[in-house]
Amino acid sequence: MDFRQKRKLVEAIAFFIIRSSAVIICLALAIMLGFLFVKGYRAINWTFLTQPPMDAMTRGGIFPAIVGTFYLTLGAILVAFPLGVASAIYLNEYAIEGRMVRTIRLGINNLAGVPSVVFGLFGLGLFVVFLGFGSSILSGSLTLGFLILPVIIGASEEALKAVPQTYREASLALGGTKWQTIYRVVLPAALPGILTGSILGIGRAAGETAPIMFTAAAFYTSKLPSSIFDEVMALPYHIYVLATAGTHIEETRHLQYGTALVLIALVLGVNLVAIIMRTRMRRKQTY
Amino acid sequence: MSNKMKMATKNMTFHYGAFKALDDITLEFRENQVTALIGPSGCGKSTFLRSLNRMNDIIPAARVEGQVLLDGEDVYGPNVDVVEIRKRVGMVFQKPNPFPKTIFNDVAYGLRIKGIKNRGELQARVEASLKAAAIWDEVKDRLNESALSLSGGQQQRLCIARALAIEPEVVLMDEPASALDPIATQKIEELIRELKKSYTIIIVTHNMQQAARISNITAFFYMGRLIEVDKTETIFTKPSLKQTEDYITGRFG
Ligand SMILES: Nc1ncnc2c1ncn2[C@@H]1O[C@H](COP(=O)(O)OP(=O)(O)OP(=O)(O)O)[C@@H](O)[C@H]1O
Ligand SMILES: [Mg+2]
Repeated sequence: MDFRQKRKLVEAIAFFIIRSSAVIICLALAIMLGFLFVKGYRAINWTFLTQPPMDAMTRGGIFPAIVGTFYLTLGAILVAFPLGVASAIYLNEYAIEGRMVRTIRLGINNLAGVPSVVFGLFGLGLFVVFLGFGSSILSGSLTLGFLILPVIIGASEEALKAVPQTYREASLALGGTKWQTIYRVVLPAALPGILTGSILGIGRAAGETAPIMFTAAAFYTSKLPSSIFDEVMALPYHIYVLATAGTHIEETRHLQYGTALVLIALVLGVNLVAIIMRTRMRRKQTY
Repeated sequence: MSNKMKMATKNMTFHYGAFKALDDITLEFRENQVTALIGPSGCGKSTFLRSLNRMNDIIPAARVEGQVLLDGEDVYGPNVDVVEIRKRVGMVFQKPNPFPKTIFNDVAYGLRIKGIKNRGELQARVEASLKAAAIWDEVKDRLNESALSLSGGQQQRLCIARALAIEPEVVLMDEPASALDPIATQKIEELIRELKKSYTIIIVTHNMQQAARISNITAFFYMGRLIEVDKTETIFTKPSLKQTEDYITGRFG
């Protein structure tokens, strides 16, 4: 085998391995979704989506959990998005690289590695007990918000870094102040990227169980929340409860899968909306 | 050389950290004249230009000593608002850098950040700037299209229009035609000759013919120092230093 043949072979093998990895990942996702669908689709009907659970949660629906997860996720985003984007702007646009910034970055990276149950305990200690918010949408949203903060900061920093320096220079050279430059040029250009990254945070907030277990989630309530100080049911916690804590674990299997299916659909739906928003913003690029 | 002095540097020295990029530059720029800065790559032309409107402020390790005067007032003085300076001393960069906005909003940007909101006034001034930059006829029917959809030469004239819109007194241009074809270059050169009537212009160029064609004064930089400055014809016909002659005839650099 001469050198050229060998090079071609190596090329072919590398390509095969890389392509296989991509295919395997897609397959894994497809199999998981398919599995959920097959196991759970029978549970899904109008009653399931619009009614509270009945008969010790062996029948009926999951409406309060859908509503609860919606509020908690929305709340987490309201907490984490402004805070995360602001931190990223500070780190990327204002802060002068030095020990302080390195320490902050280290802190953020470590925050990302903290197990979610620790966030749950932290939320319990700080929001539920110390600040007296009780087990509520507020406590849960704050806890989830802190959980996804590193994701939002990371995504925003990446997006801000990707904005060409020439945009900033052009704005400054026209007599723009630093803030005008950030607000009118840098942020609009970074927003699609910020949103994409934040999608991951949304999915994570919607799907976490441990952080809301002690801070927001109710085992059972048919009542919809009337204020941010109310407890709510939530989809991931509901699955956890049905699958581990009832006396009817086997009988409610289809409900568990049905709930999981709804959760996945919700997360994918939110992602889709964000992706569409980003695509439209990219296409226009004429803010 | 009877024109009023608009800008000047006095014993200006510039450091990037420990590296001295400009050494003791004293140079004057007069109204309604074009001054060309020439010299080999890395000799400090861009650094010099950017220190005139304090664009180097955004480089953390940059340090300026000596004076940069605008109408006799030190640009680096303690009570000077850098934003005001940049409004009075406009800049066009080497690579066209339009914002990813519509053509209209791109040119209106500087006006809006100045606080002009009136639609009619914005329209009038955008149109006037695009005309002054000799690009109005090419873009008047597509003002709401993205500025990025323009060709490189059009983008550069758009950037000039954008700089003119805020009515600066001095216009700095860093190799504004280096990325352009001969026809676009010619348009920019005609434009510069026209702009000279209302502005003080300082332009960096690597193109000796260009410097000869458009400038009144030429300054030759080498390794961070100002070697020679004189009327353009003098520099190109009988420079007083051999170094200058060697450079403009292409014998080194
Ligand atoms: N941000 C910076 N940090 C450190 N050194 C720099 C920086 N910018 C430029 N320099 C150095 O300063 C010197 C002058 O650079 P400058 O860009 O002013 O040259 P120039 O004359 O414009 O060259 P060219 O014709 O290639 O554009 C060079 O040696 C360059 O390496
Ligand atoms: Mg340069």
